[in-house]
Amino acid sequence: MGKTIAEKILGAHCQQAVSANDIVVADLDYVMGQDGTSPLAIQAFREMKGQKVFDPRRVAMIIDHSAPSPLEGVSALHALMRDFAREQGFNFYDIGEGVCHQLMPEKGNVVCGDLVVGADSHTCSYGALNAFSTGVGSTDLAAAMISGKLWFKVPESFKFVLNGQLPAGVYAKDLILYLIGQVTADGATYMAAEYVGEAVRALSVEGRLTMSNMAIEMGAKAGLMEADEKTLAWVQQHSQREPRPVTSDPDAVYARVEEYEVSNLPPQVAKPHTVDNVAPITEVAGTPIQQAVIGTCTNGRLEDLRIAAQILQDRKINPQVRFIVAPASRRIMLEAIKEGVLQTLIEAGAAVVTPGCGPCVGTHNGVPSDGENVIPTANRNFKGRMGNNKAFIYLASPATVAASALAGEIADPREFIR
Amino acid sequence: MKFNGRVHKFGNDVNTDYIISGRYKFKTLDMKELAKHVMEDLDPDFYNKVQSGDFIVAGTNFGCGSSREQAPWAVLYAGVSVVIAKSFARLFYRNAINCGLPLVECDTDRIEPGDELEVDLAQGVINNLTRGEVLPIKPLPGVMIKILQDGGLAEHFQKYGTFNFG
Repeated sequence: MGKTIAEKILGAHCQQAVSANDIVVADLDYVMGQDGTSPLAIQAFREMKGQKVFDPRRVAMIIDHSAPSPLEGVSALHALMRDFAREQGFNFYDIGEGVCHQLMPEKGNVVCGDLVVGADSHTCSYGALNAFSTGVGSTDLAAAMISGKLWFKVPESFKFVLNGQLPAGVYAKDLILYLIGQVTADGATYMAAEYVGEAVRALSVEGRLTMSNMAIEMGAKAGLMEADEKTLAWVQQHSQREPRPVTSDPDAVYARVEEYEVSNLPPQVAKPHTVDNVAPITEVAGTPIQQAVIGTCTNGRLEDLRIAAQILQDRKINPQVRFIVAPASRRIMLEAIKEGVLQTLIEAGAAVVTPGCGPCVGTHNGVPSDGENVIPTANRNFKGRMGNNKAFIYLASPATVAASALAGEIADPREFIR
Repeated sequence: MKFNGRVHKFGNDVNTDYIISGRYKFKTLDMKELAKHVMEDLDPDFYNKVQSGDFIVAGTNFGCGSSREQAPWAVLYAGVSVVIAKSFARLFYRNAINCGLPLVECDTDRIEPGDELEVDLAQGVINNLTRGEVLPIKPLPGVMIKILQDGGLAEHFQKYGTFNFG
């Protein structure tokens, strides 16, 4: 019987053939934590009598969620992380370096075939690079830092066959929002999502990272893709490590297979307060907005900034809108400066904040006021997510966000693309 | 492992931002302090109402959203003994077991707010003392029972120094 990508990668990391629902203890290629989860992991590491991390070259900590620190309490936790990183000598990315899920691939820490855990739910992002990566909690992170291993239940797989080509003005973000709306917030719980088909192959690596990033929003443990020439070129450009591409067997067993034709897909928006509350743009167009955000681990990459700049070139955002831009990393910010993309966004009215998570998780950089509507390129719109439980969050693509910032209301980007 | 207490009932898709909001979790490692804000966005009075040993009972996909382990810790520190739901999101499930917070999957439609329950993990049953009903529960996998029996993953590592499910 054939194997899925998930079964093959997990099997390769515990040196045995495994099948869905087996429970295994597997070796990890890389372990990551961010500033919301690492302090608790450091505490657990001490409590568990950890002395040294298993391999400092395979451990990273990143300060991105509250960066730079907005509060004394946060500063103390950041100091705890810095001290621990110095003591242990692993890779440490401080404020302004970027958001963890951009940095892990960008710094070459992830290659095809890897098994990676991160103490952040959107760790599933690296599935776009043909790696099995998944989110864990802080105690798991501590156990992984000590032993270089973790226990896993081998997930069943859910194959999404995506046929056709996305029309102009419709992007990877619209596609993944559409899929989440179709299968709902728990439609893939505990499964590995596997995205295949013509529409996936047509996406850039950036767009693929957006799709894998949001696999967790349908409950999935991973959001996997096969490696093609684009993946390998991207990985080789960023990492010294040898990629080990893994494909699913033709007779692999899937718990569920769904096929979609995407050629007529309109832009999609996830309405408050759940990510699966998805509607086509026509249903929400005209909703007034007070804040627009481009950034986050979902959509803060160069391609996203370029798409926004193309719409905003020589235009000014609506004066009723606050427009916040958080590039996903320092490197992306520098490239956006060199290309003039950042200048275009700033001239249009953007407030650019430190590379990192931006206002996505409600810690800083733009907490909305009571009753306000926000349209970010983020991945979650839960009540209170951006720091105010009386605000309303509409998730959309960078193009839709840019168009909405211009219009002062949710707008169809296809009317603004030149 | 046997627990007695009263039911606090919630709906489907209770996410980790509702369990403990991001606006608190980044500020402190003091779980007693965080526990005061548990479920606050769904029920501002929850922390004052919950008695030690009580149960959170919910629908499907409890704990969806982020990987924040502060969520099960805050639930545990608020005094909740077991979370009972139709289903759980995988990260919350994993984190809860690692923290030593038992979870039970069963059909929760017949459990009402305020009901008094006896949850018997060893026997695999819930006795609804208010309604005189017995509800079967889905047993936990062996690895999780082992971690719970050790008191959580930290205690498991203290005991063995690494994973030991042999």
